[in-house]
Amino acid sequence: MELALSPEDAAFRDEVRAFIKDNYPAEMRVPNPETDLSKEQMLLWHRILHEKGWIAPLWPKEYGGPGWSITRRFIFEQETTRAGTMPPLAFSVTMVGPVIYTFGNAAQKAKFLPRILSGEDWWCQGYSEPGSGSDLATVRTKAVRDGDHYIVNGHKTWTTLAQHADWIFCLVRTDPAAKPQSGISFLLIDMKSPGVTVRPIITIDGSHEVNDVFLENVRVPAENLIGEENKGWTYAKFLLGNERTSMAGIGRSTRYIARLKKIVKAEIPEDDPAHLEFIRDIARVELDVLALEATELRVVAQMARGIDPGPAASLFKIRGTEIFQNITELTHRAMGNDGLAIREHPVSANRFMPGPDYGRTASEKYLNSRKLSIYGGSNEIQRNIIAKAVLGL
Amino acid sequence: MDIQFTEEQELLRSSVQRLLRDRYDFDARRKIVASEDGFSRKHWAEFAELGLLAAPFSEAAGGLGGGPLSTMIIMQEFGRRLVVEPFVETVVVAGGLLEQAGSDAQQQAYIADIIAGTKLWALAWTERGSRFDLATVTTAARREGNDYVLTGEKTAVMAAPWADHLIVSARTSGHRHDRGGVSLFVVDRRAANLDLQSFRTIDGRRAAEISLRGVRGELLGGEGEGVAALEACRNRAIGALCAEAVGAIGELNDATLDYSKTRKQFGVTIGSFQVLQHRMVDMFIAHQEALSLMQHLSLSLSDDEAGISRLVSGAKSKIGYAGKFVADQAVQLHGGMGMTDELNVGHYFKRISSINIQFGDPAYHVLRFAQLDAVA
Repeated sequence: MELALSPEDAAFRDEVRAFIKDNYPAEMRVPNPETDLSKEQMLLWHRILHEKGWIAPLWPKEYGGPGWSITRRFIFEQETTRAGTMPPLAFSVTMVGPVIYTFGNAAQKAKFLPRILSGEDWWCQGYSEPGSGSDLATVRTKAVRDGDHYIVNGHKTWTTLAQHADWIFCLVRTDPAAKPQSGISFLLIDMKSPGVTVRPIITIDGSHEVNDVFLENVRVPAENLIGEENKGWTYAKFLLGNERTSMAGIGRSTRYIARLKKIVKAEIPEDDPAHLEFIRDIARVELDVLALEATELRVVAQMARGIDPGPAASLFKIRGTEIFQNITELTHRAMGNDGLAIREHPVSANRFMPGPDYGRTASEKYLNSRKLSIYGGSNEIQRNIIAKAVLGL
Repeated sequence: MDIQFTEEQELLRSSVQRLLRDRYDFDARRKIVASEDGFSRKHWAEFAELGLLAAPFSEAAGGLGGGPLSTMIIMQEFGRRLVVEPFVETVVVAGGLLEQAGSDAQQQAYIADIIAGTKLWALAWTERGSRFDLATVTTAARREGNDYVLTGEKTAVMAAPWADHLIVSARTSGHRHDRGGVSLFVVDRRAANLDLQSFRTIDGRRAAEISLRGVRGELLGGEGEGVAALEACRNRAIGALCAEAVGAIGELNDATLDYSKTRKQFGVTIGSFQVLQHRMVDMFIAHQEALSLMQHLSLSLSDDEAGISRLVSGAKSKIGYAGKFVADQAVQLHGGMGMTDELNVGHYFKRISSINIQFGDPAYHVLRFAQLDAVA
């Protein structure tokens, strides 16, 4: 399914396609890029895109964006995901960058934006806390003003790839007396500051993606405050809006379905009683992707005509994640007995995995993707958003 | 990919909406369904006057050249109002077959009357045991001079009791499942030796079991080319039924949402319960996805894209399951009221259930979608 493209946009699509083919680093094509690559390897594609001027499609031209139309941004997104390239670090480019150029002052823009674009700074997100998951307004990490610094104390958790991070953007409570939403500020903290400790959290798939970040008497220059003190909630919500766009994941789901079909063909004989169930379940999830893709194209076409998509992002988040969870589950089930095996955590010396190559990551993908319906505002929160904003409930 | 409607298409939509708003509210429909005929010739004449019966036909055939997109627009509105008149059967199915397979003489003889609203048609393809397979045909056609004589039984022929003409699939050669041995015939519904047992359908329409005991038929299209013609016809019919289902789904969602904001239990509106809010969000999402797929299907039908049959089956099943989900939940959320004949909700439920059976149910089409992938 394709957007009806003008000749110029079609040429642009071909250019993007060719650029990926010629430039995507071979060493990033590993079984599970999200967990198997080093920081430097993850940044290879980032640097190539930066050099080309394509690293930040969302950003306005004056801050280093490519100045693309909505249609071109969508084409770029579509081509890069279909080709299975690893997207640039969202926390840097999609999340904190737009907050800085929208709400930051001139000095902050000059200091941080170029380093985000070049990949020199790796950002992580200090939102969640042990007592504050979907209900972010209950943030307890405290920042107390002390001259031209804040003294920060608290505990952030589920901090993705904090082990690589140079900076963390944090929601901190600056006014404990105010109502939950109104006493929060948005603070940028150097991860090398004394008092910052990162502790790995190993998830059920055995990987190290997320972390606890402890902040103990961390001195943060007051110039690292974004916007106004106690207005952080506004910036946080703005950022979450950006986070939820492009969660439909059509390209990724399409690639995984193609692989799933091959696995089922190879693994499940036609006289297996479950064969037909797999055929039907695959067809149904393929149709789910088709319907979501048609919806995404409809929304993109509307946006290109200046129509506000409203909370479409919540719809994409819900369905995109449900679909991908379903695909990874079917893939794991299709592997049958080999689904018992899982790759060793990287610290072990034993690299043996039974079964064919195509099943190598089935277990960990199945397990890892359980997170999708939880993070970025759980799917229940997304349903609350649609209920309120669209249905008026 | 999103349909930005042309001025003409917007005009079509708004004029259908206006006509149905003025003339086809739920009470009017109830009276029509309860009438002796079970449908309204007066309304049919108004559809003709408005140009709806001409809309999808090509200009060469005397139509307005609106194609599958105009069918989509009309059927979505018909779905919202539960219109019972046989637009799909007469215009989309029979009209489409006549335009696609008919000789010049046949087109001239029949299409003008359809457009004028003076003749109604039905398609008799299903037989006991054929289920949803177009090629399983035992009704036999024997050549006699320039004509053919048909013998056999057809079942569940929607709108047949209203029809002036039938298009009948019959076997001209081969065995029970042979694709190449099926041909199509135009038959006068009041012909001698044709018995028709009419019955009421779950969605308030009429259908019939038809018995042919040596009935004269006029060949439509080439001999042995019936199944191919029926496949193309089914694609168009499913496009229309999908649009109708999407219209019905949208109405059910609106009705359910409105009800949840007024109906009180335990001192609060039931729409304040999170479990029901989330249910209605899922109904909303089901509608959005079905709407997107419907548009995608209609655009692809317009462009006559390769692989269209696979998409048709995919849409029929996906929209079918979406309709089933929304209809189930709409009845459930209306509680006891959803069970009553008085409220419109149950009638949408029944129409969606009927759509889901016609031309193949969601389970059939999801597996056909999978099969056609293996072929491709």
